[in-house]
This record gives sequence, C-alpha cells and structure tokens, in this order.
Amino acid sequence: MKKTNVSTSNVKKVLSYLKPYRLLLLLSLTFAAATALLTLYLPILIGNAVDLIVGPGQVDFAGIWTLLKKMAVIIILTSIAQWLMNLCNNTVTYRTVRDIRLAAFDRIQILPLKYIDGHSYGDVVSRVINDVDQFADGLLMGFTQLFTGVITILGTFGFMLSINWKITLVVVLLTPISLFVAGFIAKNTFSMFKLQSETRGEQTSLIDEVIGNQKVVQAFGQEDEMLTRFDEINERLKKYSLRAIFFSSITNPSTRFVNNLVYAGVGIVGAIVALGGGISVGQLSSFLSYANQFTKPFNEISGVVTELQNALACAGRVFDLIEETPQVPEDADAVELTDIQGEVTLTDVSFSYVPEKPLIEKLNVTAVPGQRVAIVGPTGCGKTTLINLLMRFYDVNEGSIQVDNTDIRHMTRGSLRTGYGMVLQDTWLRAGTIRDNIIMGKPDATEDEIIAAAKAAHAHSFIRRLPKGYDTVITEDGGQLSQGQKQLLCIARVMLCLPPMLILDEATSSIDTRTELKIQEAFGRMMEGRTSFIVAHRLSTIREADIILVMKDGNIIEQGNHQTLLEKGGFYANLYNSQFSV
Amino acid sequence: MLEAFLDLLVPLVMAAIIDQGIAANDRPYILRMGLLLVFLGFVGLTFSITAQYFAAKASVFFCAKIRHALFAHIEKLSFTQMDQAGSSTLITRMTNDVNQVQSGVNLTLRLFLRSPFIVFGAMIMAFTVDVKAAWIFAVVIPLLCIVVFGIMLWSIPQYKRVQSALDRVLGITRENLTGVRVIRAFHQEENEAERFEDGNSILVRLQQYVGRMSALMNPITYIIVNIGTLILIYSGALRVESGSLSQGEVIALVNYMSQILVELVKLANLIITMTKAFACANRIQSVLEIPVEEKPSSLPDATSNDTPIVEFNHVSLTYAGAGAESLSDIHFKVMKGQTIGIIGGTGSGKSSVVNLIPGFYKATAGRVLVDGLDVKDYEPETLRNRIGMVLQKAVLFKGTIRENLLWGNANASDEDLYRALDIAQAREVVDKKEGGLDAQIAQGGKNLSGGQKQRLTIARAIVRKPDILILDDSASALDFATDAKLRKAIHELSDMTVFIVSQRSSSIRHADQIIVLDDGEIAGIGTHEELLSGCTVYQEIYYSQFPKEV
Repeated sequence: MKKTNVSTSNVKKVLSYLKPYRLLLLLSLTFAAATALLTLYLPILIGNAVDLIVGPGQVDFAGIWTLLKKMAVIIILTSIAQWLMNLCNNTVTYRTVRDIRLAAFDRIQILPLKYIDGHSYGDVVSRVINDVDQFADGLLMGFTQLFTGVITILGTFGFMLSINWKITLVVVLLTPISLFVAGFIAKNTFSMFKLQSETRGEQTSLIDEVIGNQKVVQAFGQEDEMLTRFDEINERLKKYSLRAIFFSSITNPSTRFVNNLVYAGVGIVGAIVALGGGISVGQLSSFLSYANQFTKPFNEISGVVTELQNALACAGRVFDLIEETPQVPEDADAVELTDIQGEVTLTDVSFSYVPEKPLIEKLNVTAVPGQRVAIVGPTGCGKTTLINLLMRFYDVNEGSIQVDNTDIRHMTRGSLRTGYGMVLQDTWLRAGTIRDNIIMGKPDATEDEIIAAAKAAHAHSFIRRLPKGYDTVITEDGGQLSQGQKQLLCIARVMLCLPPMLILDEATSSIDTRTELKIQEAFGRMMEGRTSFIVAHRLSTIREADIILVMKDGNIIEQGNHQTLLEKGGFYANLYNSQFSV
Repeated sequence: MLEAFLDLLVPLVMAAIIDQGIAANDRPYILRMGLLLVFLGFVGLTFSITAQYFAAKASVFFCAKIRHALFAHIEKLSFTQMDQAGSSTLITRMTNDVNQVQSGVNLTLRLFLRSPFIVFGAMIMAFTVDVKAAWIFAVVIPLLCIVVFGIMLWSIPQYKRVQSALDRVLGITRENLTGVRVIRAFHQEENEAERFEDGNSILVRLQQYVGRMSALMNPITYIIVNIGTLILIYSGALRVESGSLSQGEVIALVNYMSQILVELVKLANLIITMTKAFACANRIQSVLEIPVEEKPSSLPDATSNDTPIVEFNHVSLTYAGAGAESLSDIHFKVMKGQTIGIIGGTGSGKSSVVNLIPGFYKATAGRVLVDGLDVKDYEPETLRNRIGMVLQKAVLFKGTIRENLLWGNANASDEDLYRALDIAQAREVVDKKEGGLDAQIAQGGKNLSGGQKQRLTIARAIVRKPDILILDDSASALDFATDAKLRKAIHELSDMTVFIVSQRSSSIRHADQIIVLDDGEIAGIGTHEELLSGCTVYQEIYYSQFPKEV
C-alpha cells in the first residue's frame, strides 16, 4: 500500500485514537483469526466428504456421517466468533469516532476567535459531522474486512501448501497481478476523493449561506441566481464524484478478473495433476474453493483500501481542525479574579486584524470603578474591536489592558469574562426554551430570579404572551421573535448574572426608546459602583455617561462628558446636532 | 447481470472438467475448458466495468438531481415554512443525507442487480443439475430472504433515529460557532462541551445498538447456508450411491451453494449503507413533500394616480404556532411618492406590517393591496421586483461587492451602482476597500462592520430603483450624521414610495404620514405635528428621545 507522508501521519493519529481500545481490538483480532481459520477448515472437510462419494455403490456413509457432525460444530463456532468480532468492531469504531468528534469540539471551544471569524461555519460543521461520519464508515468496513482478509490469506496459503505445493505455486504467481491492479487504481482514487470532499465543503457553505438567509434571497428574487451558482458547484461535484466512485468501483471487477484467472489456472493445473494422481478429486474441489477464498480477500482488501483512503482523507480534514493552534494557553499562575472592583486601564494599546492595516494605535483609557464609559464614533472606527479586546476575544498587539491593576493576560479567561456582562448588537439565541436562554450565565437560577431578571429587562410581558410562556421553544436564531425582543432576552440574560462590569455594544439599538429608558434605569441601578462600557449611536443613550470617548479611525479624538464636548463644538457636537436636522 | 450469468457457468465448466476431463484422462479437453474459463472471466470483466460505470453514473447523476431539486424546493418555501422547519435540519438533509443516498444507490445498483441474479441463478442452475437435490436450495433461499429483509426492515427506523441524533450533534456544533462570543462571554465552554458530549453519547449508543443487530446478519446467513451444504452432501451421497448423480455434479452443487453465501456476505456488509440510505431518502422525501404554496400569476392593471399604491384593509396577522395576533385591524392608505414612517415599541408589529407588503407572510384577515390588487393575487416575482426591501438584519453574500449589488438589478451599470452607493452613503465603504466594487465579501459579510453592511444592503435595494422602498429599521447601526444624510438623499428620490421603520423619532419626523403602532394596533396616524399634539404614545416616544427642555 503506497501512501504519501501526509496520510502516514494521519494513520498514526488514527492509531493513537484507537489506543484506548487496544484490548477490544486484540479481542476482535482473535475472533477474526478464529473465524478465518474455521472458515478455511470447512472446505477441507467438504473435500474429504466428497472423496467419500466416489460413485454408485461406493459411498462411505459412516465416514460422511462423522464428517458432517464435525462440520456442524465448526459452522456454529464460526458464526459465534464472527458475531463477537462484529460486536467488538462496532464498539471500537463508534467509540473512536465519538472521541474524535469530542476532540474536534473541544478544540473549537479553545480556538481563537480569529480562526472562527475567518472560516465559514458550514465548512467547520461539515468537518465535525460529515467527515467524521465518512471516517466511521470507512473504519468499520476496514476493521471487519481487513482483519479477516489478512488472516484468510495467510491461512489459505498454509492449507494449500499442505495439500499440494505445485498448484499453490500457480496461485502465488498469479495473485501479485491483483495487488498491482489494486494499487494502481487506489493511487488514482485518492486524489479524486480529496477533490470530492473539498467540493462538498464548498457546497455546504453555499447551502449554509443561502438557506440561512432565505429571506433576503427571496426579497430580491435571487432564487434562480443562487440556483445557478449552486448548480455550478453541483456540476463540479458530480464530475468529481463520478470519477471517484467509478475509479474505486472498477477495482472490484478488475481483481475479480484476476480471480477468475487464478481459478482457471488452478482448474487446469489441478486437473492435470489429478490425472497424474497427485491429488484426489475431493482435494481438487477443496483447492478450488481455496483459490476462490485466497483471492477474494485481495478483492475485499483492495475495496477496503479505497474505502480507507476516503476515510483517511476525511480524517485528515478533521485532524487539521483538531490541530489548529489554539488560543494562547493561560499562564500556570493565572489569577482567578474574584471580587472585581472594576478599574479598567488601557495603556498604549495597538491592535489590527491584519498587519498591513493598523486599526487601533496607542490607545489610552482609564475607567475608575463605577464609571460609565460611552464610546461613539462613525461606523468602522473600531468600537466593536475595542470590545473584542476588553473581553480578550483577541489579544492586543502592543500595550496592555488591565483590570484592577492586573494585566488581563495574566488572569484566567473565564474569570475575566464572567466579570463582564455583555450584550451585543448581533443577538444570539440558541434553539431551546426561553428559560434555557435566560439562564445561560447562571444555570442554577431559581424561577423567581429568572422572572425578576426578565422583568428588569422588560421582557416579562412579551414572554408571558408567548404560547407557552417561559417554556416556549424558540428555533435557532430566535425564529419569530423580533430583533428587539431578542435583545430584551439577551439583556435579561445579563440581568440574571449581575456581573461587576458591563459591556453594551449597541445593546438597545432595536429596542424602542421608551422601553430603553426603563432598561437604562434598571441598568443604572444595577451599575451603581460598577464599571460599564457602552457603544451606541443613539445619543440619548450616551448623554448620561461619565466619560464619552469619541473615536475615529482607531484613535480617540475627543474625550469628556456630554456638556464639555458640546461646548467644545467639535466632532461630537456636530454628530449630536445632526440628529435634529433632516 | 450478464456477468452474473457468466459467473454461474463457471461451476458447470468445472464439473465438466472433473467428470469428463479427469475421468476420461483427456488433457486437451481440460486445456480447452480451462481457456474457456479465462475467456469467460475476460468477458465478465468488460461487462462488469460497463455496469460499474453506469451504476456510478446513475447514482451520481441521480443525487445531483436530488440536490438540485431540494435546493430549488427549499428556496420556494415560504417564510412560515422555513420558520417551522429550521434551517439546520434542512442543511443536514441537503448535505449528509444526500451523500448517504448517493452511496446507497450506487451500491444497490452494483449489488442488488447482481446478487439476486446469482442467488436465484444458482438455484436454477442447481435445478438443471439435479432436480431433487435442488429442492434444498428452494428451502434455503427463502429462509435467507426472511433473515436479510427482516433485519433490514427492523433497522431502517433505527437508522432514522440515529440520523436525528446526528442532527442534534450538528445543531450544537453550529450553535457553538455562531454564538461563540456569547458562549465565551458567559464562560459556558464547559457546559457546552457537556451538552455536546451528551448528544454525542446518545448518538453512539444508538449506533451501537443498531450495529449489534446488524452484526447478527452475517453469522446467521453463514449457518443457514452451511447447514444447507451439509444436507446437500448427505443427500448427494445418497443419490450418488444410487447412481443418479455424479461426483462432479455434487461439487458443482456445493459450489453454487458457496456462491450464494459469498453474495450474501457482501450484501450483509453493505446492508448498513443500504438501510442508512433508505432512512436518509425518507428524510429527503419529507422535505420535498412540504407543499410549495401556490403562486398566482395575474398581472396588475395600469396604475391610475388616484389608486393608493399600498393599502391595508383591516388587516390582522397571526403567525403560525403563535398564541395571539401580532397585528390586529391595521387600516391605512399610502399614495404614490409619499414617505411613511412607522414607529412603535419593541414587538409592536412594525416589522410585521412591512413584511406583509411583499407577501412574505400572508394576512390572516383583511387584505393588503398594492396598486389596488391584493398581494395574494400577484406573482411573487412581479411584486417583489417592484419593492426594494432592506431587512433588520444586514445580510451580504460571499462574492464581490458588485455581485451583491447586482442582486437589485442584474442589468445595472457601474454608474447606476455608484449612484445607489452615493444615496446609501456607502461610497466610502467601497472606496476604502481594495479593488473597489470588485472587493471580496466574506461569507455573511464577516469582513465588514455592522454599519458598513447596513449601508451596502440599502444600496442593494436602491439599485433596483423600486417603486416602493422599505427600510426596516435598517439604519440602526448608523450614526446620526450618516443617518440624516441618508434620509436626505432618499428624500430627493421623488416618485419612490418609502416606508421607514424606526425607533428613532428623528428618522421619521419628516415623513408625510407617521403610523404609530402599539401592541399590534394602530395608536395614531398623522404628521409629526398632528401626532405630537394628539397621540399620547407618540408623545411618550418622542419625549423619551428629546426631553422637552431641548
């Protein structure tokens, strides 16, 4: 079996996942060996039995009778061994796959956001689901057939030698052709399978995009357009799949052809040897069935090889994901923040997503506990980026961010993030009940706490009106809830946790101003003595802030409170006054 | 099939070799027959490669068709149906399930067209060899069929369960990607991992359970076939003894029996794939069976200037599965060229009102008229072509900026595009990007900020030069200065009827008509001044944003 370096390393990785199941594997191997040997023993007995049937009046019934009894026992033993082997294989395969899937998922949890933002969801999902599934199929087939195959080949070889070495020679000389053919085909198939799986990934991301945003597609009547794009990929996929499947499927007939050659060879040579009295007719008959069994595993193995290659290609994509560099691990002595005061200091912070395009440069901000910091500025000025840094979704390139005088890189991510309550503009809700969504930050909340939080977020009244109240199941992404209702739920989620610091990124952009005022009040009460960062366009939201940071192109161009900034007559004043013009 | 037939001839030739060649000590005969075997093998190869090619082609083409049909079908589903089905299941069905069906169909074609022929062919051949001995075949084969199909029938529904467990695992994975920020912010990584592990273990348990049953198949068939062989030998022995059967013929019979076994073993190995494919095919079927709401195709009459361009006639709306009405008794008229502001609290039904105009949802009572015709009577294409819609959630698609803008109107020139960009205040977004109009947008517009996305989606709607422009709270991520400029630019487009849904009273105060919604009902209609003096809900909203002293 020829393999490139990449797949050898993939094989190693697969083996390392199999390691915990060594014992089961060993057991499976034993059963496989038993099955194969017993299966092989049977033809000998049949041959012997046939030899006892020579012609009219020359049948040794007593002999046949004992042989038949022997055979029956063997048959039953074989079946049991086979069944046990299948069970072992099943367990090993599915457990391994479970482990791999878990590893992939765990890795997703610690991947830096940079990776997740930079890859389409569809692609990642397809790796965890489709590729792993394909891998499972390949592995299962591989086990069942590879083991028995190899043992059968070895066993047959031995048995054949024990009967007659000349005929065995014929078989041995002819079988390498089968190997050669299989190897040749397998090489070609591998690249096709890889292409196929890549194209599938591409198609999945298109499907994800279009079906996830069906409304926009329909609003613009782009169904046909999308269908054309889909068809283009589909057409390519069709081409690759056809080649992949066809190439892999001609392996079988080709090797079967070689089998037939072997069979014919054995037939001719065997018959001639039989003429010379070298073997009996019964032995010839067992030989024929051995010839069949000897080549068949080659057949199967070549089939398994393509299957395994496909599986390896898939496994490779999963391993790529699993081996993606995770976010910087936490220091061993990372501080667990408790009792956060809420002093946040940014010193000389510089950051950019891509090195060529500097975004935030030398930013300095200090927020003392209990202050309300508002960030305003035109779109794309880096407000959301600042939040990404505060939450440590991204790490700063230069400078440092400190909470209570500790660099956030020296504390555990968990404690930093639980210290913040965050509500984002992009509301995200999970498929589940309303209750599930609210208790995310505090799974052990009591019913009273949940209702209190919902009331504080002014979400209680609309939740009550839903068909099943707090137990109403919402679909992924909130389904029929309006954008504003979704935001209210996200706010309730934070209200329940009462974190010491707060980040509101356009948290109330879809909520009407009357409700917003009331929520602000609730936030205000909650925020007493707590630090909060507010990003907003609506200036009414910002007016009350202690510090207003006016950002433009990654820099803070003005800083102060509402009154002083208005008096200054600069950028902020301009922005503020524009809302009164047409 | 021909190949199968040829395969069946092999034992006969072999029997001939043994009976005649060896018995008669006839070397040339043996060689001749041997060559015949080689020839048979070669012909078989040709046939089978052709068969494989067609099987592969048929299955691949078939599934490409299915994918196409599914995709086309899903695109036609109405919003209500999409809400109910949930997009993540639809996605698995389109990808995973179709792949399973593809390998299933391929194997079915390859094996099911071959195996039954071999099995039954072997039986028929056995009959030609010796009728009495062949009765054993007639008993063994039905028994086998019962076992094989029994296990298959049992496992198909089980695979369905496996597949839905897989769906759950997929759902969790997706959620963790889309909601990564929230999950990490709440430090829920461990809980999520637990959830995933639960889903994953359930999946594995189901898989193992099904696997255990399928694992029985092989051993059972093995027993049946081999017991058959034993009986065959015994009865063969009896008949040879009486002289009605030759030794070679017994061998041929035994060979046939073992051929059956080989085929069945292959079948059993593939039964997992087969049954999975069946289960998946059913799931695909159920998507295709969601009825597409029928589309009328009448053309609107020419508009006379005094017909209102949009009219709501006592409209109510209840979403499928919702407890209460989301809109009740909405009644208003809009003339061509007017600007309409819609304002109201969260969940007051603002978006529902504008979603009714392009017929995304159907009114449950009353009528929505565009140009005097009920929107239900329009062909959706025709209706939506006249409407430029900008949704709350700014969505852009993978491709260049130009490709995204051309959605509005495929024939627009670059000049048209730039004009639209100017109106939408998005010119600078494009100018800042490398490559201008040809700059790539990542999937979901991930390389743009919220405000940039919103402006581009507005531009996309304007490119269409629609009669009716609907801005559904689509300036929420824009700062006030940009918002004001945008409104001014849109205002200059006379002829266009504009609906502005907003939370900000500044966005709508200059509209010709302002509709104030409260809890799905109209709380007031009029101009800013009229409402400010007469509508309490409007007053509250307005003063919450502009305190009286300002």
